[in-house]
Amino acid sequence: MTSLPPLKKTLVEAVNLALAHEMRRDESVVVLGEDVATNGGVFRATEGLKDEFGIRRVMDTPLAEALIAGVAVGMASQGLKPVAEIQFMGFIFAAMEHIICHAARMRNRTRGRLSCPMVLRAPYGGGIHAPEHHSESTEALFAHIPGLRVVVPSSPARTYGLLLSAIRDPDPVIFLEPKRIYRLNKQEVIDNGEALPLDVCFTLREGKDITLVTWGAMVHEALQAADQLAQQGISVEVIDVATLKPLDMETILHSVEKTGRCVIVHEAARSNGVGAEIAAQLAEKALLWLQAPVKRIAGYDIPMPYFKYEQYYMIHVDEIIQGIEETLAYG
Amino acid sequence: MQATINNNPFSKTVAQFNIAYTQMINHLGEAVAHLDPDIANEKLLTDLYKSMVFIRLFDKKAVALQRTGKMGTYPSSLGQEAVGVGIGYAMNPNDVFAPYYRDHAALYLRGVSLADMLLYWGGDERGSLINGAPQFDLPNCVPIANQITHAAGIACAIKIRHEKNAVLTTCGDGATSRGDFYEAINLAGIWQLPMVVVVNNNQWAISVSRGIQTAAETIAQKAIAAGMPGEQVDGNDALAVYSVIKKALKKARAGKGPTLIEAITYRLGDHTTADDATRYRPPEALNKGWELEPIKRLQTFLHNNNFWGPEQERAWITQCEQNITQGVEAYLNTPDAPPEDIFDYLYAELPFAMEEQRQHLIAKARSLNANKKEEESL
Repeated sequence: MTSLPPLKKTLVEAVNLALAHEMRRDESVVVLGEDVATNGGVFRATEGLKDEFGIRRVMDTPLAEALIAGVAVGMASQGLKPVAEIQFMGFIFAAMEHIICHAARMRNRTRGRLSCPMVLRAPYGGGIHAPEHHSESTEALFAHIPGLRVVVPSSPARTYGLLLSAIRDPDPVIFLEPKRIYRLNKQEVIDNGEALPLDVCFTLREGKDITLVTWGAMVHEALQAADQLAQQGISVEVIDVATLKPLDMETILHSVEKTGRCVIVHEAARSNGVGAEIAAQLAEKALLWLQAPVKRIAGYDIPMPYFKYEQYYMIHVDEIIQGIEETLAYG
Repeated sequence: MQATINNNPFSKTVAQFNIAYTQMINHLGEAVAHLDPDIANEKLLTDLYKSMVFIRLFDKKAVALQRTGKMGTYPSSLGQEAVGVGIGYAMNPNDVFAPYYRDHAALYLRGVSLADMLLYWGGDERGSLINGAPQFDLPNCVPIANQITHAAGIACAIKIRHEKNAVLTTCGDGATSRGDFYEAINLAGIWQLPMVVVVNNNQWAISVSRGIQTAAETIAQKAIAAGMPGEQVDGNDALAVYSVIKKALKKARAGKGPTLIEAITYRLGDHTTADDATRYRPPEALNKGWELEPIKRLQTFLHNNNFWGPEQERAWITQCEQNITQGVEAYLNTPDAPPEDIFDYLYAELPFAMEEQRQHLIAKARSLNANKKEEESL
């Protein structure tokens, strides 16, 4: 591979870069979804793909989410690698039957005769002042389903590397894009086709006093909190879970073994969230290392408020700092 | 159709349609249409007949296996044989089949072994390995109508790769009430997909009759709004089913678009072995169903044309019974897979996070099996 100059890219541009790269590399990769072809996607994640790869490989589907998922299952069963876009996570529920009953089970129920190497991409999360049904974080619904991988990137470079892996993975991947940070900042992304590993957490910042576990858009608040606490001499280890299923507990456990304290942050509703799973595994495997109860800082168990009150739902840096301070003060 | 509605001068007729109905051999075994000698030859007609006889005997055996505790819940295909054999003979091996769950005849003709079919209904995933059948055929689809959207995806794959085959999918009459059905035929219409949808309208979705399933006069006409042709066929007439499907597949393979075929049959059995149709199905309707059933009529036709006689019938039944016995033996004698099989095909490679659960399962299974052996030895 010749070395390419690094490009400054936003997260959504990194999605586009990875899609284009993989479509060039592998002609079995196809893109489908609502408004993905001519319009380039409502967030422009698929911009330019139709022009480069044509309508046979970049398909504007009818407005039917169950169909999009079902068609992707059918394509994948025949060896294509469909990357289907669900326009917003709030509209993914019609596709659930195909995700759960077919995509997640095809390899298992045919004992490996058929498989389902598809990616279902969906922008998710709040904080962009969107209308009703456009701000949900329901990643736990997918993380509960055996047979799926659930991946949430949190930076342009990780988006590029993880999306490449997701497309190359031989099994279905739910790829949830935190749309609040789609254009938050630009980062150097080298379009060299180098994938990042799935099924592992990324330790973004090493620390010795406390482990801060999060994913998606909240990674940014977590890093800000860690920065501010560093000024007070508190050393926070920040872990970006990145792949919610299967969950890399090893990385989290090693960190907690070192720090003895853990705070989990997620935008999704608190009860039965992915944070509960992490906390449960810490209770099972890290009890003797823990010097304080594991704390969850999470969304309320309410429907995502309309945007006028969205700020009351969203988790702010101060809350994370407070949660860390409380956990450090314990015992 | 009215040219104007409520005297609205701006209304216009945008569609007028007839629904074709094909029947070639009626329930009395009489030819009721011109039979193309290239199609309706002795070989094909006897093949269709023999396969229907075979699958009915197999079906009876499968129900008996369930009743005697040797297999799980099973959906009988009694009375549906003509649809299955019509599909089986009309499809090419390189076409792709996306079945629902009452397609035993078609599966058999696609090359699925009896043992595999029994394994599937016997609760063993290896039944969906379907050794001997085309590699890319989908397994049985239990969630209603989902297979139709998968078929649309398969048809897209065919089109994207410029291949010359087609996909055929099946469903029951109840499935045509589901969004998946409408969403898939809508796509097939827009993209002119190489796809044939065969609706086995057997008049019952468990206990809900055709009359209260949809207000549409025919199921075939649901295709019209999707921009594709829909037609009906006598689903008890194997030759007619074969002919219309053959034609539709040929059209699909030639890139000339999809077809919806409503095959009108009658479900002579229960929905599954877990159902009791006497709770909701009037006996007179069942009797009427038996008058129209598919096997007797073709037997009569073959007899009358000297294609088939009692001696061949006896020999064939003996042959069928031997094959079925062999299939059942193969099923019953299939060694158990190792318990960890339930983990080993979930992902291409088992994620590290699941290894602990897998080890737990192995230990648990060992303990369960040891206890079982101990109980047996007492």
